[in-house]
Amino acid sequence: MYTFSNKLKTSSIILMVLGLLGVGYGFMTSHKSFEEVEHLIASEGAHHGGGHDEAAAHAAPSHDAHATDAHADDAHNGADAHKKHVEHVQHQIANRPWSALYVAAFFFMMIALGVLAFYAIQIASQAGWSPVLFRVMEGITAYLLPGALIVLAIAVASGTIGHYNLFVWMDPEVVAHDKLIQGKSSFLNLPWFIIRGLVFIAGWSLYRHFSRKFSIAQDTAEDNSNFKKSFRIAAGFLVFFIYTESMMSWDWIMSVDPHWFSTLFGWYVFASMFVSGITVIALITIYLKSRGHLEFVNENHLHDVAKFMFAMSIFWTYLWFSQFMLIWYSNIPEEVTYFVSRFNDYKLPFLGMVVLNFVFPILMLMNADYKRIPWFVVMTGLVILFGHYIDIFNMIMPATVGDRWFIGIPEISSILLFAGLFIFVVFNALTKAPLLVKRYPFKKESEEFHY
Amino acid sequence: MEASKVIHAIYNDDDILMSAVKKVKAERHHIEEIYTPFPVHGLDKAMGLAPTRIAITSFMYGLVGLTVAIVMMNFIMIEDWPQNIGGKPSFSYLENMPAFVPIMFEMTVFFAAHLMVITFYLRSRMWPFKKAENPDPRTTDDHFLMEIAVNGNEKELEDLLKETGAVEVNLIDKAH
Repeated sequence: MYTFSNKLKTSSIILMVLGLLGVGYGFMTSHKSFEEVEHLIASEGAHHGGGHDEAAAHAAPSHDAHATDAHADDAHNGADAHKKHVEHVQHQIANRPWSALYVAAFFFMMIALGVLAFYAIQIASQAGWSPVLFRVMEGITAYLLPGALIVLAIAVASGTIGHYNLFVWMDPEVVAHDKLIQGKSSFLNLPWFIIRGLVFIAGWSLYRHFSRKFSIAQDTAEDNSNFKKSFRIAAGFLVFFIYTESMMSWDWIMSVDPHWFSTLFGWYVFASMFVSGITVIALITIYLKSRGHLEFVNENHLHDVAKFMFAMSIFWTYLWFSQFMLIWYSNIPEEVTYFVSRFNDYKLPFLGMVVLNFVFPILMLMNADYKRIPWFVVMTGLVILFGHYIDIFNMIMPATVGDRWFIGIPEISSILLFAGLFIFVVFNALTKAPLLVKRYPFKKESEEFHY
Repeated sequence: MEASKVIHAIYNDDDILMSAVKKVKAERHHIEEIYTPFPVHGLDKAMGLAPTRIAITSFMYGLVGLTVAIVMMNFIMIEDWPQNIGGKPSFSYLENMPAFVPIMFEMTVFFAAHLMVITFYLRSRMWPFKKAENPDPRTTDDHFLMEIAVNGNEKELEDLLKETGAVEVNLIDKAH
C-alpha cells in the first residue's frame, strides 16, 4: 500500500491556498470602471497608436451588435464607437480571471479524461505490457469526476453569476442581435448545455467507477469474471467516449467562438488530452518508482510509455496542422478569422506551442536509449504538458480576452490551484488500493515485460 | 591467418541453439557465423554483435530529403518564377510554407526509407543474381547451423558441441 507522504500533501495544500489567493486577487482586480478603462486605453494609445482598430476586430458578436447600432444612429457614430470600444475592452479585462480559471480547470480535467481513455484502450486491446501501471492510471482518473464538475460549474457560473465571461451565446442580449447564434440556439442554450454536460460526466464517471470496482474485485476473485466484465465495459465506454468527447469539445471549447466551426476539432482536442494524459502517467510512474513504490516497473515500461508520448505528440501535430492548413489554404473569411486573430495577437503562444509539442518531443524522444532514461522523459514530459496548457490557452483566450492576454497572476494561480487539487485527489486515490494488480490475467506478462 | 577448416554444428531448436551459443562463448571460442531459418530473438546479444546503426543513417537521410524539398520548392516557387497562383503569397518561403509541408514531409519519408533500404542491401551484400551463401539448405527450413573456426582443436570442439545438443557435427574443409 502506498501512503500519501505528508510532505507532498502539505505541498498540494500550499499550492491550492496560493492558487486560491491569486485567483481571488485576479477577480478583485478585473473589475474596472468605464473611466479607468478609458484612461488605460488613452495611456496605451500614447505608447503605440492604433489599438483602436485592432481591438474592434475581435469578439465578432459585440462587433456585429455594434455594426447594426452604428447604422441606426450615424450622427453619434464617433462618440458611440468610442463608448462601444471602451465597453468592449472593459469586458475583455473582466473575462480574464474567468478564462484563466477555465483554461486551467479544463487542462487538468482533460488529463484525467485522457488517462481514462488510455486505460480503457489498454483493457479493451488486452495489452500485455501495461497492467503494472493500471493502479497509477486508476489513481489519475479519480480526478475526473470532481474536475469535470468544476469545469461545467465554471462554464455555467460564467453565464449565470458572471456577465457571460466565457460564452457569448449565453448572453440573451447578444443572441437577440445575432442571426448566426440564433440559428444555433436550439443546440447552444443553457439548459441543454447543462444536461449534455451532466450526461457526459455521468457516463465517464460511471465507467470509471465500475472499472475501478472490477479491478479491485479481481484482486481477490477466484475466477476471471471481473476481468471479463471490465473488458466488456471498456469496449462499450470507448464507443460512448468518442461521441461524448467530440460533443464535449464543441460545447466546452468550440462554442467560445460560436461563429466558427471545424469538423476535426473533436479529434484535435482528443489528441491534446491523450498525449497530456500519457505524459502524466509517465511522470507519476517515475515519481512513485523513485520513491521505491513500483519496484515491478522497469525501464521497458517507461520506454513504451515514452513511445506513446512521442507518437501522440506527432499525432497532435498532424491534426493541428491539418486543421490549420485546410483553413489557411482555402482562406474562407468565415473560417479564417479564427486563425487571423490567433496569428495577429497570439503569435508567440500559437507558434511556440508547435515547437513545444512537436519539435522538442520529436528530437528528444526519437532515440530509443533516451526513452529509457527517467530524467529525460521527465524533462520532455514537462515541456509537453506546458505545451498543451498553451494549446488550451490558445483555444479559449482569443475568444474571451482577445489581445488583452498575458500569462500573469490569474493564469499562474489558476494552474497552481488545480495542480494542487489534482495532486491531492490523485495521490489520495493511490493510497486506496495496492499499487500492483493481483490475479489480473496479464499481470505476469506485464511484470516480465521486456522490450 | 584464416583457418581453412571449420566445424558446422547443426541444431534443430532455437532454445538449444541459444544455450549452445552461450556455452561456446563462455569457452571463448570464436563463432564465425550462425545460419537460422528465422530471426531468433536475443541471438545478436548472445553472440555479442555490435548494435546496428542503420536507424542513425535513416535519420540523416531524412534530413537530406527535407533539405532537398525545401531547396527545390524555394527555388521553383519563390525565386525562379514567383507567380501569383490563386492568391497564395509567393513573396517568401515562410509565407507560403504550409502549402509546401505535405511535400516536405513526403520527401523526408521517401529519402529516409529508400536510402536506408539501399544502405541495408549494400551493407548486407544483397543484390539480384547474387550467389546464395548458405552452407546447408536445411538452414532455410527447420535447422540452425553454427560455424566455428578450427585451429587444430577439432576433437575438443566436437566434444563441446555434441555436449551442447548439436544433432550433427561436421568438419568442413574450406581450402578447395
